[in-house]
Amino acid sequence: MKMNGAQILIEGLKREGVEVIFGYPGGQVLPICDKLYDADFLKFILTRHEQGAAHAADGYARATGKVGVCMATSGPGATNLTTGIANAYMDSIPIVAITGQVKTFLIGNDAFQEADVTGITRPITKHNFLVKDINDLARIIREAFYIASSGRPGPVVIDIPSDIQMQETEFIWPDKVEMRSYKPTYFGHPGQIKKAAKLISQAKKPLLYIGGGVITSGAHLALRELAEKIQAPVTWTLMGIGGFPATNKLSLGMLGMHGTGYANHAIMNADIIIAVGARFDDRVTGRIDSFAPGAKVIHIDIDPSSISKNIRVDIPIVGDAKNILGELSEQIDKAPDIAEWHKEIEALRKKYPLKYKDDGKIKPQYVVEQIYEVTKGDAIITTEVGQNQMWAAQWYKYDYPRTFISSGGLGTMGFGFPAAMGAKVGRPEKQVIDIAGDGSIQMNIQEIGTCVANKINAKVVILNNGYLGMVRQWQELFYKKRYSQVSITSPDFVKLADSYGAVGIKVTKKEEVRPAIEKALSIDNTVFVDVQVEPEENVYPMVPAGEAINKIIEGLA
Amino acid sequence: MRHTISVLVENKFGVLARIAGLFSARGYNIASLAVSETMDPAISYMTIVVEAKDEKILEQIKKQLNKLIDVVTITDFTKKDHIDRELVLVKVDYASKDKAKLEGILSKYVAKLIQHKADTAIIEAVGEQPQIKQLLDDLDKFGIKELIRTGRIAITK
Repeated sequence: MKMNGAQILIEGLKREGVEVIFGYPGGQVLPICDKLYDADFLKFILTRHEQGAAHAADGYARATGKVGVCMATSGPGATNLTTGIANAYMDSIPIVAITGQVKTFLIGNDAFQEADVTGITRPITKHNFLVKDINDLARIIREAFYIASSGRPGPVVIDIPSDIQMQETEFIWPDKVEMRSYKPTYFGHPGQIKKAAKLISQAKKPLLYIGGGVITSGAHLALRELAEKIQAPVTWTLMGIGGFPATNKLSLGMLGMHGTGYANHAIMNADIIIAVGARFDDRVTGRIDSFAPGAKVIHIDIDPSSISKNIRVDIPIVGDAKNILGELSEQIDKAPDIAEWHKEIEALRKKYPLKYKDDGKIKPQYVVEQIYEVTKGDAIITTEVGQNQMWAAQWYKYDYPRTFISSGGLGTMGFGFPAAMGAKVGRPEKQVIDIAGDGSIQMNIQEIGTCVANKINAKVVILNNGYLGMVRQWQELFYKKRYSQVSITSPDFVKLADSYGAVGIKVTKKEEVRPAIEKALSIDNTVFVDVQVEPEENVYPMVPAGEAINKIIEGLA
Repeated sequence: MRHTISVLVENKFGVLARIAGLFSARGYNIASLAVSETMDPAISYMTIVVEAKDEKILEQIKKQLNKLIDVVTITDFTKKDHIDRELVLVKVDYASKDKAKLEGILSKYVAKLIQHKADTAIIEAVGEQPQIKQLLDDLDKFGIKELIRTGRIAITK
């Protein structure tokens, strides 16, 4: 059947199972928009900014495990997507970004709204395509979705000139993807798995250190089986939150710069670290030459370039975490004898508890705890970046994968709200709450318009301290309290929400916190809860940048 | 230390930029680069000479190259028995009285005088880097006016 480029795109999206696109129209996607008019299977969510569209596609992908799709026109539309694309790249999130491009014969001519989108996005995508021949389009769509979602996932850009969108050709959908140059490894090397199993059975102080790869691969159950079989404590990175139940007795919580004291001390004292889908990021290891000096490292990762990048690995196993963890559990016949290790861990838990001073004031940690209690841990939480993010990571207990959605690698302020929007579209049956700061929420606040217009009932709890809190905290601790450019004003969030047709609730007393959260969750609308928290509360524990991971500042509490 | 790596890639627009971008994004310098089509026109062959301080950086370069979707295979010649060559074209100051002397030098190398005018001569030479360096030192006595060299290419034995 003959179709034009726009129809091929839409037919391709249909075959890939796409149900929703977050996007914004413009001159160079007009032919696509015209065909969207008739595409009943597809919901198009018109955001208020292209950055919101990219983050929403990202949040959708994280919440559902499916590929998120966003779309923008050429030039400024596409450049506005780039922060969202880079964000997805850093956290290995599968999104496909479709951008319009000027007509093929104008490319390189500085045409109106032209930008070299494949050039700009090359270092922030897993792969990208500029479609120069209509006959390649169907194959490219197929490959784009395959590349985005397979191996170590990541964003893929398809840049489609508007004349290609209008040209016609026979629609031929490839039966399967055949790429001689791209074949991810899914199964671990049996010899390596055997070696790892042997090492684990001799462990005295084993520790599982898990990252986002556990969630991507759907390895949470296999992980739990292994952890319980060998009774090893489990710690996770920010990206690994939800990969292992926080309420499980083996859980040590998050490690790293704002990790728990006991997790950081435990990894420093471990004799065998089993790293699963984590990449020994600098926020996790602290000073690299003093990290876990006595440990042998088993590293399971689908991306060979993550292995031995930051620290030396003794047993690398390349492949999919779920497969490898399953194999590994089978290979271990006898659990190691680690009663002493458990005693040591218990002592660490007692010595370095996660704590804050709960007084009559509204402490941000208290607010997060209340959100946990009210939702019974069953919500999807998104975060912005900074103090709000760390408190959301520390004080809410995540028992399930894909319930904590946060910008880990890139650390993008303004991510949480559009990501919550995307997550809510993907999981409408869930409560989705963005735990925000007053700074970050103002970076993509325009998406409240999108939420109201599309009845996407995302909730936002703003931990409003009048500061760009994390920067202020660093200035307090490391720059002699010279608060420079960190005091920030906000609009009246209640009036703002009201003017958009949403609901705003302001909280100024501790006893109002819980009722306000309960009320917000019961309202069938987008709700902003503006909580006036203690302005100079800090995130603790904290390891100063460049210090060993057990050199912890505990705070005063 | 310098390492020679060859990369088989899909012969598509933008692939060279992807490879170059991978090096520049990490602050690695490419010492030389030779690109050509293979017998299969859908595939190109790149020979890259790269400066890597240690084994870890070299490993990381190879892994990152492998990660690029358009890269088919990589060969690291560092630990492989191989032959490598580069080609140079050199323009030197020349006077007809020097002809015999020049040819005497060239006879020690895989090199030939391909053109000479009243005041300049053009020499073509092929060889491994140390030989080429030696030749250039010898020719420097005449005065090198211009020097063009291809990147290194290599093949396993």
